[in-house]
Amino acid sequence: MNLGERLLNGDRRACARLISMLENNDLEAVSIIKSLYKHSGNAYVIGVTGAPGSGKSTLTDKLAKEFRKRGKKIGILAIDPTSPFTGGAILGDRIRMNDLTLDKNVFIRSMGTRGSLGGMSRAAWGAVKVLDIFGMDYIFIETVGVGQSEVDIVKIADTVLMVMVPNLGDDIQAIKAGIMEIADVFAINKSDLEGADRTKLEIEMNLDLSEKKDYRPPVVKVSASRNQNIDELVDKLIEHRTYLEETGKIVERRKKNIRLEIMKLAEEEFLSLVMNKAHKGNLFDKLVDDVISKKLDPYTAKDMIMDFIKG
Amino acid sequence: MDRPIRVLVAKPGLDGHDRGAKVIARALRDAGMEVIYTGLRQTPEQIVQAAIQEDVDVVAMSILSGAHNHLFPKVVNLLREEGVDDVLVIGGGVIPEDDIPKLKEAGIEEIFTPGTSTKDVVEYIKRNVKR
Repeated sequence: MNLGERLLNGDRRACARLISMLENNDLEAVSIIKSLYKHSGNAYVIGVTGAPGSGKSTLTDKLAKEFRKRGKKIGILAIDPTSPFTGGAILGDRIRMNDLTLDKNVFIRSMGTRGSLGGMSRAAWGAVKVLDIFGMDYIFIETVGVGQSEVDIVKIADTVLMVMVPNLGDDIQAIKAGIMEIADVFAINKSDLEGADRTKLEIEMNLDLSEKKDYRPPVVKVSASRNQNIDELVDKLIEHRTYLEETGKIVERRKKNIRLEIMKLAEEEFLSLVMNKAHKGNLFDKLVDDVISKKLDPYTAKDMIMDFIKG
Repeated sequence: MDRPIRVLVAKPGLDGHDRGAKVIARALRDAGMEVIYTGLRQTPEQIVQAAIQEDVDVVAMSILSGAHNHLFPKVVNLLREEGVDDVLVIGGGVIPEDDIPKLKEAGIEEIFTPGTSTKDVVEYIKRNVKR
């Protein structure tokens, strides 16, 4: 049996190996996914994002357990940063999810960002397809700990869960652009700590200022480590899904994301094509030297690369 | 091959000290490897399932409690039962010299005892990964 057939048969090793191959840009894996793509589309993708240490992994663990209680099969992609210097990484999200390891209806995979900057791993798009074809009902993607502008999760998730904690900055943080705008559901984790009500209020007030829409992101106080209010949070996630499905917005959202994905794939290939050509005969190195010595400027260097490609 | 080597660093058994495992994890990270760290008190079953899901090249276990003669071979056997034959299994910790030959016979390919330089562990892994 080949890897693709094994994946369809629920073989966990095939699932794991295909994700690795996609991470390593293996063309065989890409052609397997091409041939199985028609089997995808059943999984619903929930992105879990938030600051480092906000409890994303612990919360993902508890959410997965609640979804398991409701009979769903769960895939988890847990992303941690890759060192830009050595290419190494410590992928430590599993520590919070050890109880799930032996559940045959849960598949957890840790991924390094490997150079991506938006809080995601480039291979996450492929890995989601593998887990989807593998038969998972829900796929959680836990981003790296984010700051203010790593919003790539919105380009892959159907629902974005923003994990906040009490006392991280004042109410001006809540009205800044960027990460606060992508949330479909807010969870205030560690809400057994003082300040949780104030944080909830600040987020609610910020939501009050948004243009009236037919959907308003709910703000749920939870404590992942104490397993408090997790069922309510799951209800809110499902309510968002129902909203998207009943209004047809799910199609809009997925269309937008597929458009972005195709563009990104084309961009990558186009760029490597251009750069491979430009690197030949050391054109690129020479241009860099010329710009640094002020013989050229970066714009003219770019024009010369384009002329070289076209000519 | 420019893909990073993936290593599962695991603490089987009940001892609560993972300083050594963390130092190794950090050294492997600095050597450009992707280290999946699973934390304390893992059962052999958990280690094997994590190794499968993470598709690692290496399982590196650390034990300080004295249970190595039981737990290390159990992990190797479970991996074999699952049909995993391309993973390098190594161990470290407080392990008496006399136990080492038996552990190697059981399929733990190398044992690193206290005082080992992290550089040696890195070099060993780079030389011995199976794919």
